[in-house]
Amino acid sequence: MAIQVLTKQEVVAPPPRENVLRNLVRAIAGNRKAVGGIALLTFFVLVAILAPLISPYDPNKLAFAQMLQPSPKHLLGTTGAGQDIFSQLIWSTRETLVLAVVAGVMATAISVLVGVTAAYLGGFWDHVLNLFTDVFLVIPTLPLMIVISAYAQNHGLGVLIGVIVVTGWSYGARQLRSQALALRNREFLEAARVRGERASYIIFFEVLPNMTSLIVAIFLGAALYSVLAAAVLQYIGLGDSSDLSWGNMLYWAQHNGALLAGSPWWVLAPGLCIALLGAAFALVNYAFDEISNPALRPVKKS
Amino acid sequence: MRYALRRLEFFAITLWAALTLNFVLPRLMPGNPAEAMLVRFRGRASLQAVQEMEAAFGLHPHDSIFKQYFDYLSNTAHGDLGTSLSFFPTPVAKVIMLALPWTVGLVGTATVIAFLLGTLIGMLAAWRRGGIFDALLPPTFIVVSAIPYFWIGLLLLLVFSFVLRWFPLGFSYDLTDQINLSWSFVGEVVAHGFLPALTIVITSIGGWILTMRNTMITTLAEDYVKMARAKGLSPVRIMLNYAGRNAILPNLTGFAMSLGFVISGAIAVEIVFNYPGLGFMLLTAVDNEDFALMQGLFLLITLAVLVAILVADVVTAFLDPRTREAG
Repeated sequence: MAIQVLTKQEVVAPPPRENVLRNLVRAIAGNRKAVGGIALLTFFVLVAILAPLISPYDPNKLAFAQMLQPSPKHLLGTTGAGQDIFSQLIWSTRETLVLAVVAGVMATAISVLVGVTAAYLGGFWDHVLNLFTDVFLVIPTLPLMIVISAYAQNHGLGVLIGVIVVTGWSYGARQLRSQALALRNREFLEAARVRGERASYIIFFEVLPNMTSLIVAIFLGAALYSVLAAAVLQYIGLGDSSDLSWGNMLYWAQHNGALLAGSPWWVLAPGLCIALLGAAFALVNYAFDEISNPALRPVKKS
Repeated sequence: MRYALRRLEFFAITLWAALTLNFVLPRLMPGNPAEAMLVRFRGRASLQAVQEMEAAFGLHPHDSIFKQYFDYLSNTAHGDLGTSLSFFPTPVAKVIMLALPWTVGLVGTATVIAFLLGTLIGMLAAWRRGGIFDALLPPTFIVVSAIPYFWIGLLLLLVFSFVLRWFPLGFSYDLTDQINLSWSFVGEVVAHGFLPALTIVITSIGGWILTMRNTMITTLAEDYVKMARAKGLSPVRIMLNYAGRNAILPNLTGFAMSLGFVISGAIAVEIVFNYPGLGFMLLTAVDNEDFALMQGLFLLITLAVLVAILVADVVTAFLDPRTREAG
């Protein structure tokens, strides 16, 4: 709704840019979910950047006794191979964050390409692209991811990202198409067409800027999906098990029977990190929804 | 009518896409991984079985790709999914039938419980805006939805099976026992299924609550609800018969669809609890490079989703006259 109001305002009299920004900042600062989510995200980004400084040991070094219990020397104990779990946890932040951003951006880009193109072209191509989206929407994603990774005998990061992007773009494409359809007959697009602008110009400079908030929401959803999908795939052993990532930590914990052996921290810590990172994306996404759709805001008790 | 035709086209194309993915994927990958599998197969299976499998996985290079493709399609249409390597020499279709009841029973029950409970809570949350449900539940479930669902299973396993020892560690019944219909066996199945089912309910209930809450909020602003209030009808009646009844439509369609995702929905949960359903079987197939079984499972899972969507379409058209006219 807010998007429609905004576009109307822009047609009548464009508001000064700083004003929009200031309002946005105020809306974010006043929303507890947004503040919490952004704080969590910032925390993880800092940990990823500063990993070499804060990690107490080399995460791959088999330097310690195996399956040590948590102690001041090893905050979360050691793995079945004698690595420091806390150091592994810190270094793993890097791969998980990179994967979330790269896979999220790629999936969003495909969503935009397919969804907006379909809506803009209309007719036959809309029908074909929409059918294509629908097919990917219903083919069960986890089994498809498992089947593709099982055939691709190499389980590197590239394959993992590819599998996640292939299965993750369709939901966003569907949403973008319906919003672009709603925009298609607006006056400002009509004006651009009458001016004789090219289709690519209209899509990139007239349509897309009006869909920014939905695109950001789709990116956040895709990033969350990437984190969770990578965690499942790595947990069941379809990732590169020599990489340092939270999903792989869970895989090794499972393989070494961490629960049976009495090292619950080995299982708890990486799962908690995945959950916190996922929650950060989900919180920001939900706050975005609330800021642009006032009807969903929590009611304040008077 | 036009709508029905478009849906038919969609079903046909999705089914074709799933079948073709099964056919194309092994041929796309470098060094055709299926070849390694068939090397292990030779000498153990009959010549005919080996030849059929070779045809299915593209190891008949002297046949044209089109002949391979149509042979594969015709075999699949006859229900011949090949022979499983990990359960050799049982045919894939039979192996799948062994695991199917466990998944349908476990995940089906859990999905129904999550749907009923979630819809009820969502309705109450919208009815009492600002109440305890409304204040606590949405943020809680945002966080829950971001947790990898298999990890919640691991957590429950740790607390209830390892620490408290209330529930067994895994599988669907005590392995010392035989499958039978006595009460004690039923009790065993329930005890083994409780934690996996709880995992599924915890992770899926949030979606039902949020959609129900959000549609209910929209419905509560409708004129006919105001009218009902003005007439002085009892609040319970307004909530259930006026607002709830109309708000439940999207959830009901979602429910019909989610029944199709039952089979694929709990793959990782089954793996955590070693539950002998289809998800666990899929992992077994992947670990043993049993590609025939893997393809059969993928096909079955896709088919289940399609059937569920068809049911959802019919249910919606039946319940909501507007969708019939719009088509």
